[in-house]
Amino acid sequence: MSARHYSLWLLARRSLRQHALSTFVTALSLALASGLVMAVLAIGAQSRTAFTIESTPFDAVLGARGSQLQLVLNSVFHLETSPGNLPWSTYTEIKTRPGVRAAVPYAVGDNWRGFRVVGTDAQMFDERVLGPRTPKLAAGRIFDDTLREAVLGSFVASRTGARVGDEIHPAHGVDEGHDHDEDYMIVGVLAPTNTPLDRCVWIPIEGMFRMGGHVLRGTGEEFHAEPGEAIPDEVKEVSAVLLAFTTPQVGLELDREINKSGKDATLAWPIARVMAELFDKLGWMNRVLVLVAGLTVLVGAASIVASLYDAMHQRRRELAILRALGARRGQLSAVVVLEATTIAALGALGGFVVYFVILLVASGILRAQTGVVLDPAQFDLALVLVPAGLVLLGALCGAIPAWKAYRVEVADDLAPTS
Amino acid sequence: MAEAVLEISGVRKAFVAPDGGRVEVLDVPSFVVGAGEQVALRGQSGTGKTTLLHVIAGIVRPDAGTVKVAGRDIAPLSEAERDAWRARHVGYVFQTFNLLQGFTALENVALASMFAGPAKVEHARELLGRVGLESRLEYSPRKLSIGQQQRVAVARALVNKPNLVLADEPTGNLDRGNADAALALLRETCRENGAALLVVSHDERVVAQFERVLDLAELNRASRAEVRS
Repeated sequence: MSARHYSLWLLARRSLRQHALSTFVTALSLALASGLVMAVLAIGAQSRTAFTIESTPFDAVLGARGSQLQLVLNSVFHLETSPGNLPWSTYTEIKTRPGVRAAVPYAVGDNWRGFRVVGTDAQMFDERVLGPRTPKLAAGRIFDDTLREAVLGSFVASRTGARVGDEIHPAHGVDEGHDHDEDYMIVGVLAPTNTPLDRCVWIPIEGMFRMGGHVLRGTGEEFHAEPGEAIPDEVKEVSAVLLAFTTPQVGLELDREINKSGKDATLAWPIARVMAELFDKLGWMNRVLVLVAGLTVLVGAASIVASLYDAMHQRRRELAILRALGARRGQLSAVVVLEATTIAALGALGGFVVYFVILLVASGILRAQTGVVLDPAQFDLALVLVPAGLVLLGALCGAIPAWKAYRVEVADDLAPTS
Repeated sequence: MAEAVLEISGVRKAFVAPDGGRVEVLDVPSFVVGAGEQVALRGQSGTGKTTLLHVIAGIVRPDAGTVKVAGRDIAPLSEAERDAWRARHVGYVFQTFNLLQGFTALENVALASMFAGPAKVEHARELLGRVGLESRLEYSPRKLSIGQQQRVAVARALVNKPNLVLADEPTGNLDRGNADAALALLRETCRENGAALLVVSHDERVVAQFERVLDLAELNRASRAEVRS
């Protein structure tokens, strides 16, 4: 061992080793606490971004009269129930409206193995219509509008193991229900988009109209589509129309026209605002979580003080020996602060492990529920500020036992005396 | 007499008693130890011998008088300055050895040099070899015999090549055989390293081995007043 081995750090290290159990327990509690704080902050920030900005290539959703939030949750995130249907004519009208870059019809109400089946058209996969955030194919091709063909979202394919060439049987309802008689051939699988689109089974909207047991009420009367028979436009219905505009001004005009003057439909625009309002309403929950996590950090910090302060009783003699050997009071205090800082640093390091575990678990749950994916490796300022703050807090916590170390008197603590 | 390594003059020290009164424990008019000299200070319990050693080491500041160690009066120095002076010029052997339990024999010795500048690891190794512990460098104190622990303590006291080694009842915890061997080792290694040695003991067998013996009961006027520290 060289002279470099001998430093205040050696004294701190050995002391921590001598009190290995309390060091471990304290560092562990700090790791849990800091990991929790980082996870709460990062999940909050990432999920807000994912749900408000990155969740969809569309600007707005047009649906039946009702809640904008319910409309967005149902059409974009495939949660909640559909607020109702719109007549096909509404779709054709909005589609031709100047400034509407894309109008994609959605018909929902069925599932396959718990995954939402969405009837739509080929625009959904046309990059010329939806731009760079259009879902892309990983395998196969897009369905033919006139055939019983299906395209699976990436999450559906990975979860079910279904591949191109397999057949699926959609079931009625959004969760469980009786199987329809129709078979659909999988002709394509989409590449992951890390959005709710990954959790859908896409079929031609015509197929949704013709699914056994489905009733169309576009005219107010019930209509059952028969094989080989054309379906009149006036009986067709859609659950929603997803819209992309050329300029935000178009959204503003439609908002005024549909929401403020109209009575038949609801326009949820912009989607990001609707989701942001939801997050703002739930913001208090996030703040409570941060507060609780912050309190656990304080409890962890208090345990640094308690463990080192208690250890001071046992260490008075050792510190007195060091003083007798020429150690200055400030050096011994520095050793104790170094110990506290080291415990906090160990806690911060462990916090990253806890953070990654929490984010992996949360990401898995969120992906399974919504298709939105969180990235544990994504940079978040909290990943710097929380560990740095913890180390600083640890150093501050060391000040109390360090003061006790400072006050050790050689003459009093080196028995025996005469 | 050779050049003085320790000169005490008019040193007085009093403590505050639990009842609030002042209790004088040291009143030493004068006292000199030459460079390389080996002196025994005979003192029974309660004669203020540990307090005197603490004053000489700069651990305790006297209320009055001068304490010249290696040519410098340490009495007026600040505590930090006295700490630094002690680390460089004074070695200390305690009655109970006071080795640090979480450290190896080598670390115990080398650590003591850390407070006087860069750690003298090689010198620590040499000293431990000199006291017969070359094969026990990495042993923790609790794995060493009492005699071996005492040898580590001697090596530690000498690692900074001090001018003066203070030994407080260095054989108090040893049996007769180990006590003789430890004292011989202490005296020899101090001699080899050119350090003066001041041994405080109440053991007549220890005191009898020194050519110069001072009686603390005579030296310390406060002790004659039967004051207990």
